[in-house]
Amino acid sequence: MKVHVQFTLNGEPAEFLAEPRQTLLECLRDNLNLTGTKEGCGDGNCGSCSVLLDGQLVTSCLVLGVETQGQRVDTVEGIAKGSTLHPIQKAFIDHAALQCGICTPGFLMATKALLDHEPNPTEPQIRLWLANNLCRCTGYDKIVRAVQAAAAEMRA
Amino acid sequence: MRSFDYAAPVSLAEALALLAAHPTARVLAGGTDLLVQLKSGRRETPLVVDLKKIPELKAITFDAAEGLTIGATVPCCQLTAHADLRRVYPSLAEVAGLIGGTAVQGRASLGGNLCNAAPSADSVPLMIALSAQARVAGPQGLRTVAVEDFCVAPGKSILGPGEFLVSIFFPLPAPGFHAHYLRFIPRNEMDIAVVGVGVSTTVQDGKIAAARIALASVAPTPLFVKAAGDSLVGQAPTSEAIAGAATLAQAAAKPISDMRAPADYRRHLCDVLTRRALTATLGAQ
Repeated sequence: MKVHVQFTLNGEPAEFLAEPRQTLLECLRDNLNLTGTKEGCGDGNCGSCSVLLDGQLVTSCLVLGVETQGQRVDTVEGIAKGSTLHPIQKAFIDHAALQCGICTPGFLMATKALLDHEPNPTEPQIRLWLANNLCRCTGYDKIVRAVQAAAAEMRA
Repeated sequence: MRSFDYAAPVSLAEALALLAAHPTARVLAGGTDLLVQLKSGRRETPLVVDLKKIPELKAITFDAAEGLTIGATVPCCQLTAHADLRRVYPSLAEVAGLIGGTAVQGRASLGGNLCNAAPSADSVPLMIALSAQARVAGPQGLRTVAVEDFCVAPGKSILGPGEFLVSIFFPLPAPGFHAHYLRFIPRNEMDIAVVGVGVSTTVQDGKIAAARIALASVAPTPLFVKAAGDSLVGQAPTSEAIAGAATLAQAAAKPISDMRAPADYRRHLCDVLTRRALTATLGAQ
């Protein structure tokens, strides 16, 4: 039986009908048509489906949609302000911190969670925090530089 | 995933009634093991019972006279951030930060790590070293089980039909108490322990008054090696005493060879990691 889920999505009230077996990732993409969140491994290893659940970074492939009843979910679609990119998005473009782009929404959300938690992270802190996100294109260095640049921009 | 129903009880009584009515239901905490098992088809269930809405299962309670109680569904990220926990049980905050990466720690719980009953569970040897007690609710009421007695086989625990873990209790450390978990993994982070060792020691008046040693990934369950800890009691914290305890820990290990390491190498690691972990706690005096 489908469940009526009401929650806050990117700051706005939202609702969807979910089968209990549907993950939050499936609900976002298939029920709510928010396809910014990507599926990589589907078992919590790669981090490409990372979103914020009540402000906490989670992999949406390991959360059931029905678990988010009454909770707050933030996805990559919510971080830009209209047509103005979030400083993290801008830094990823400026530093060429992406190639194919599949992992990028997950990296953006993980970076947002990091900088919400620690506005001035060291490089080891950045690398450890982002260890739950895999990228097969960039070799990570450009991502780390982008995160450092975004952090500096957001502190300014 | 195959279809299932979902329920989120808000009290212990409601959860017990649901589990009594649905013997094949599975309980859900953070889902980082259960959802992977359901997706892969390794487990199936007609009903998932989400325990995260039950007050006793989502609270961290620190009592300066008694100790620490961690609800079975509290995610690791709350443990690493908890001020009393970091101060009084720093080794526990550290191990909560070792399980998976940031996003996994946002969901995964020590309760789930224990109930999943993997031989390689990182938190379990440390919980044994900390003399932790599992508090279990079931049709017959509440019961308490020492963490070292909780796992009985890979993926199997003492939990009977209709039972679930409510919380884990950690007694207050005595003066001179230190605990530490060490593991060997081929990568820097986010890997399954080839061998893990949890130790605790209490030193009073220059002598070891109590010690507990437990191992991961060297037996079908996390392994409490009582004799190794007991061998230290009454001794001064010397490298000879440490080497003796490490030899006993190594002798108790019954590792298998698999894709992660051959058994001989695991036995070697038991000796090395036990010595290093004990050197860390005893050097910390």
